[in-house]
Amino acid sequence: MTKKRAGVPRLPHLLGIEGLSPETISGLLDLSENYIDQNKSIDKRRDVLSGRTVINLFFENSTRTRTSFEVAAKRLGADVINMDVATSSVRKGETLLDTAMTLNAMRPDAIVVRHNESGAVNLLSQKVNCAVINAGDGQHEHPTQALLDGLTIRRRRGSLQGLEVAICGDILHSRVARSNIHLFQIMGARVRVVGPPTLMPTDVDRMGVEVHYNMKTGLKDVDIVMMLRLQTERMQGSFVPSISEYFRFFGLDHEKLKVAKPDALIMHPGPMNRGVEIDSEVADDLDRSVIHEQVEMGVAVRMACLEALIGGQRNQIGAVA
Amino acid sequence: MSGSIHKSAPPHAGSTAYINARIVDPGGDAEYRGAVLISDGKIADFGPNLFASGAPYGIESIDCRGLCLAPGIVDTRVHTGEPGEEHKETLESAGAAAAVGGITSMVLLPDNEPPFDDASLIEFVARRARQIKLVNMYAYGALTVGLEGKELAEIGLLAEAGAVAFTDADHAVANAQVMRRALYYAKAFDALIVHLPQEPTLSGGHMTSGEMATRLGLSGNPPLAEVMMVERDIRLAEMTGGRLHLAKISTAESVAAIAAAKARGLKITCDTAAPYFALNDLAVGDYRTFGKLVPPLRAEKDRQAVVEGLKDGTIDAIVSDHRPQDQDSKRVPFAQAEPGGVGLETLLPISLELVHNGHLTLPRLFQRLSSMPAALFGLPGGRLAKGAPADLVVFDADHAWKVDRYELWSKTKNTPFDERPVQGRVMATIVGGRTIYRDDGFAVSAAAA
Repeated sequence: MTKKRAGVPRLPHLLGIEGLSPETISGLLDLSENYIDQNKSIDKRRDVLSGRTVINLFFENSTRTRTSFEVAAKRLGADVINMDVATSSVRKGETLLDTAMTLNAMRPDAIVVRHNESGAVNLLSQKVNCAVINAGDGQHEHPTQALLDGLTIRRRRGSLQGLEVAICGDILHSRVARSNIHLFQIMGARVRVVGPPTLMPTDVDRMGVEVHYNMKTGLKDVDIVMMLRLQTERMQGSFVPSISEYFRFFGLDHEKLKVAKPDALIMHPGPMNRGVEIDSEVADDLDRSVIHEQVEMGVAVRMACLEALIGGQRNQIGAVA
Repeated sequence: MSGSIHKSAPPHAGSTAYINARIVDPGGDAEYRGAVLISDGKIADFGPNLFASGAPYGIESIDCRGLCLAPGIVDTRVHTGEPGEEHKETLESAGAAAAVGGITSMVLLPDNEPPFDDASLIEFVARRARQIKLVNMYAYGALTVGLEGKELAEIGLLAEAGAVAFTDADHAVANAQVMRRALYYAKAFDALIVHLPQEPTLSGGHMTSGEMATRLGLSGNPPLAEVMMVERDIRLAEMTGGRLHLAKISTAESVAAIAAAKARGLKITCDTAAPYFALNDLAVGDYRTFGKLVPPLRAEKDRQAVVEGLKDGTIDAIVSDHRPQDQDSKRVPFAQAEPGGVGLETLLPISLELVHNGHLTLPRLFQRLSSMPAALFGLPGGRLAKGAPADLVVFDADHAWKVDRYELWSKTKNTPFDERPVQGRVMATIVGGRTIYRDDGFAVSAAAA
C-alpha cells in the first residue's frame, strides 16, 4: 500500500450526509477507490485497523448492511463484535443510552448503529466517546448507502456534476432517499423524486428537489433511475390501494424506462421487491442495472468510512462526555 | 436565582402598604406610579395618589423602589405528578415553582393517575393546597370518564366538589356526539369546557409537518389537525350555546377561525401557551426532546400569527402548560419521548418578551396572564380591585438573566427554554397578603413604625 493518505478526511462521527462538504464526500469516495481493487484481489486483508474494536449494534433486522460493515471492518484488521438485539438486554427494558454507555465502557473504537427511530443514532453519539457510524436511523439518514451510491455513479459517469437523478417510489419512509438527496445535490446533481403523493414527505420540494407524481414525466431524460423499496412494514393505514396498482403506475419496467436517457443507470438499495417496485427484467438487465455493483461498492465505502473515523494513530476520536 | 420560599408565613393580619410601585392594573388598562394597601389579606385600596406623601405611621410599609406590582398570574394549565407520578413533580414542588414564577393561582389538569373524574380527587387537591400553604390550587374535573372521550364524567358532582372547569387535558374528544352532549349538559351547571383541538386521526405525528420534519425523518402532525377541530367545536358551541374555551392555540388558521367566530358574536374564548408565541419548530432541530410538546411547535408564520392573536385579543389568555417529565421520559429517541415542558418559572419572563418587543403593554399582558383567566374560570384572584384577595406579584420587568434548567425549582428540568436569555424577574409573590416567595434582592419591609 503506497497510495497516499494525506487526503483522508477526518470526522468524529458519521451521522448523516446533511452538512458534509463536497470535499469531505470526494475524499471519502477517493479513499473508497483504493479498496475496490484490494477487495478483488486474493489477499483482501490490510492492517489499517489492527487492534481496533468495532461493534455492530443493530436494533433493526439487517443482513446486507450488517454483513457489509462486518466484512469491511475485518478486511481492515479490526475486531468485530455483532450485537444481536433480539438476544440482548435491550429486550429486557434497558434503554438505548444504557446500552450505549455499557458498550462504551468496553472501550470500542467505533460503534456502527442501526435503529428504527429517527435521531436515535445522534442521541447515542452524544453519550459515548468513540466514533459512531449511522447505519440507518428510522426515516432520517443512511449515509454509507448514499456514499456507495455516489461511488457507483462516479465510477460509471466520472462525476455526479450536472446529472439528472430520479429517486422513485416510497420517499416518505426512506432514509436512503434523504441521504441521497443531500449527497447528490452537494455533488452537483439535480434530483427529482417520483412517486404517489401519499408517499411524498410534506414540503419535500423545500429540500431542493423536483416532485413528480407520474413516472413518464419523472423519468424523462434522466441519467440515473433509483428505485426504492416499498416499506410496507413502516406503513400504518393505506398509502397505496394495492401492490398491483402500485406496480402498474410506479413500478419500473422497460416501458416506463423508455423516456429516460438510453444509457440511464438503474439502481436499487435493496432488498428488492421484484414485481412491486421493479420488474425482474429491468433489475437483471446487465447493460443498465448496477444493483450488484452497489453492493460491491458498499464494502469499499464502509472500509473508507472506518478508516476515516478510526484509522491512523488515534484511538479516541470525537470524545464527548 | 436566589430567593426563598416562605411556606410558614402566618396569615396576613393588619395592614401592609406597598409604596413606590409601578402599578399594573389590567382591569383599568392602566399603568402608573402608586401604591397598594392590603388589609387582612385583601386589597383595601390602590391608586396613583394613595400615600403619595408617604405611608402613614402604624402600618407596615414596603418600598417597591419602582418595581412593577401586578395581580398575581392565574395559570389555568398546570400538570403535576401528584397523584400518580410524584417522582416528576408534587403539588408542593409545583407550588414552590409557581411561587418563584409569580403565579398566585393555578388550575391543575385532570390527567393524573387516577384521573380527576371523581369528586374525591377534587377534594384531595383542595386539601393538599391547604396543607402546602403556597399558591391557590384549583382543579379541573375530567370531561369524560377516564378521559376516554366516551362517557360524560359527573360534571355536576365534580363542580359541587370544587372543579372550576372541565377538560380531558391533552386528549381531544374525537367523537362529535360526545362533545355536543358535553357542551349541552354542562349548561345546566354553567360549566366551562376547555378543549384541546386536535383531530386525533391526523395528529399521530411527533412534530409539526413541514420541511423540518421531512429533514429529520419524523412523522408530522399537520397544522390542519388543529383548525379542523377548532371549526367543529365552534359549530358545536354555536349550536348548543355551551361555554367553550379552546386550549393551546398554535396555528395561524386556528387564530383566524376563532377571530371569525368572535366577530360573529359567539362567546368562545381561547388561550395559548408560552412556547407557541416564543418558539417555532427549529427548537426541535437536532432531535431536542425538550421541544416535543402537544400540540407540536409550529412554523414561524404560525408563531407570528399567535403573537398577532394575542395583540388583537383573539387569544384571551396565556398559560404555562407546565408538564414535568423526568430524564427517562426525555432521554430517548424523539419519537419515543414523552411530550411536555415545565413552564411555571419561565411563564412571566417569556411573556414579558411580548412587552419588550412592543406587542403588548404591561396591563394588556396581565389581562391575558391574570384577569381574563380568573374571570373565565370564576376565580377570586387575578385582579386589582378593592376587596379582592391580595394575590400580587412584584417583579423587575427589565432584569436580564439566562434560563438555566438546573436552577429551576421544579422537580424535573425539561424546559424548552433552557439557556434562553430573558428579561424580567420575580422579586416577591404575595398570596392573600402573605409573602410566599421573596428574592434576596428585594428589600425586607421596614419594621412597622
